Amino acid sequence: MEAVISNFDEYLKAFGLTIGLFVVSGIGALVFGTILAVLRVGPVSILNKAAALYVTLFRNTPLLMIFVFMAIAMPVLGYNFKFVEDVEIAGYNVSAFFFRSCVALTLYTSAFVCEALRSGVNAVPLGQAEAGRAIGLTFGQSMREIVLPQATRAVIPPMTSVLIALLKNTSVAAAFGMAEATATMRALTNNNADQRIGIFLAFAIGYIILVELVSLSSYLVERKVKVAR
Amino acid sequence: MSASVLFDAPGPRTVARHRIYTVVSLVALAGLVAFAVWTMYDAGQLEYALWEPFLTPEYIEYILVDGLLKTLQMAFFSIVFAVVFGLAFGVAKLSDHEWVRRPAWLVVEFFRAVPVLLLMVFAFYMLAIGDGPLSSFWCVVIALTLYNGAVLAEVFRAGINAVPRGQAEAAYAIGMRKSQVMTTVLLPQAVKIMLPAIISQMVVALKDTSLGYYILAPGLTAVGKPIYLEFSNQVPTAIVITGIYVAVNLVLTWIATLVQKRLVGEKKVLDVPMVGEAHASGNTPVL
Repeated sequence: MEAVISNFDEYLKAFGLTIGLFVVSGIGALVFGTILAVLRVGPVSILNKAAALYVTLFRNTPLLMIFVFMAIAMPVLGYNFKFVEDVEIAGYNVSAFFFRSCVALTLYTSAFVCEALRSGVNAVPLGQAEAGRAIGLTFGQSMREIVLPQATRAVIPPMTSVLIALLKNTSVAAAFGMAEATATMRALTNNNADQRIGIFLAFAIGYIILVELVSLSSYLVERKVKVAR
Repeated sequence: MSASVLFDAPGPRTVARHRIYTVVSLVALAGLVAFAVWTMYDAGQLEYALWEPFLTPEYIEYILVDGLLKTLQMAFFSIVFAVVFGLAFGVAKLSDHEWVRRPAWLVVEFFRAVPVLLLMVFAFYMLAIGDGPLSSFWCVVIALTLYNGAVLAEVFRAGINAVPRGQAEAAYAIGMRKSQVMTTVLLPQAVKIMLPAIISQMVVALKDTSLGYYILAPGLTAVGKPIYLEFSNQVPTAIVITGIYVAVNLVLTWIATLVQKRLVGEKKVLDVPMVGEAHASGNTPVL
């Protein structure tokens, strides 16, 4: 434990990086996953198939292999993502490592986001939309008033699981040069082998707090949008 | 197209419009594939010499024996141990005694919330590094056992709870003891409901064996490195290794669907609450 307390700024920085990876790739995965879900449930059958192929492929590929693709195979093809290091956002530079990790996490997680959204839409009974049309609602009205509110509620629990999994999956970036929580834990353990149990518990508690925060916020959102049935 | 919540059955004009969309998206997708192939060709990654190792018997044997077999062994051992772990803690979580239930809950929640990789690194430093008693192979197995065991504990608990209540009541009514009710009435019926969830957890375990890369464990991800270092064929290696993972996972998923159809029917899949959640709600895929 002492090793963590004396390096507490490093500990916080490590979890800051974990949160950074989580937030950036979480937003990316929600956006890209939503696009995929629209293609997946949309009316054009070729796009349905393409999105389904993407989901099957990425769900069955280990995240580590996607990282290998981004970090080892892409540079050979001439994509080393060094260009992001020239981009400056509010005085901060983004490292190519961070960008690559976020892309890998986004590509992987959006497959799961797509499935969560699809299961939400499928959870709305067909009769609901038919009843909406029967009383003369337009397509937009029936979407806005009937289908989407119910789908949103059904989506929250699986989406939370996806986000929690993403939070834990950011640890894989440790193997590809990111000094986030897991990599920092490994480095600290390496230097203070006699305190390895304390260091492990300190980092485990950090992850547990983050997971509980995601879980709690989902619970609050769920309670807020809940309706009596 | 089957009936959907989202749209009516398309009329003739919509069908014509969809035909245009189909053509446009076909062109776009073909363009995407062509661009990917062209990029690989341009970087010289399509040359036969780079793919040759994967057609050479010695390398095929190396990938299959040192890679795939080790990966499958790790996944197999971790699932077998995880089922034991999950059974013990799943039943403990349903115990009537608070002093059994509470610690079991704590253990299960802890291992479900901590990343597998953190567990792996910890196991590696505790048991393998220096002159530790175990190889990194077993560290991967231990970490995966703890994580998947915790997930399976939740699956077992949900499965036992999914057995109709009348079954346990009837068993108590004819004078069975608690352990008899569990072993002869509840568990045999619960296993049937849980089997698909257990098999899909095998996919998760198989995918997670790849994380052994970080602690220098053997397996498919480990055999790739010497190959691409020798032939500098990073792209072909990554494609082949990923292809093997995907193929094995698809076979497992196919078996899970088959089992689901045979044993459970088309009924709703098991409700497993997510980590940190007090009550079950919705369908939660475990990943």
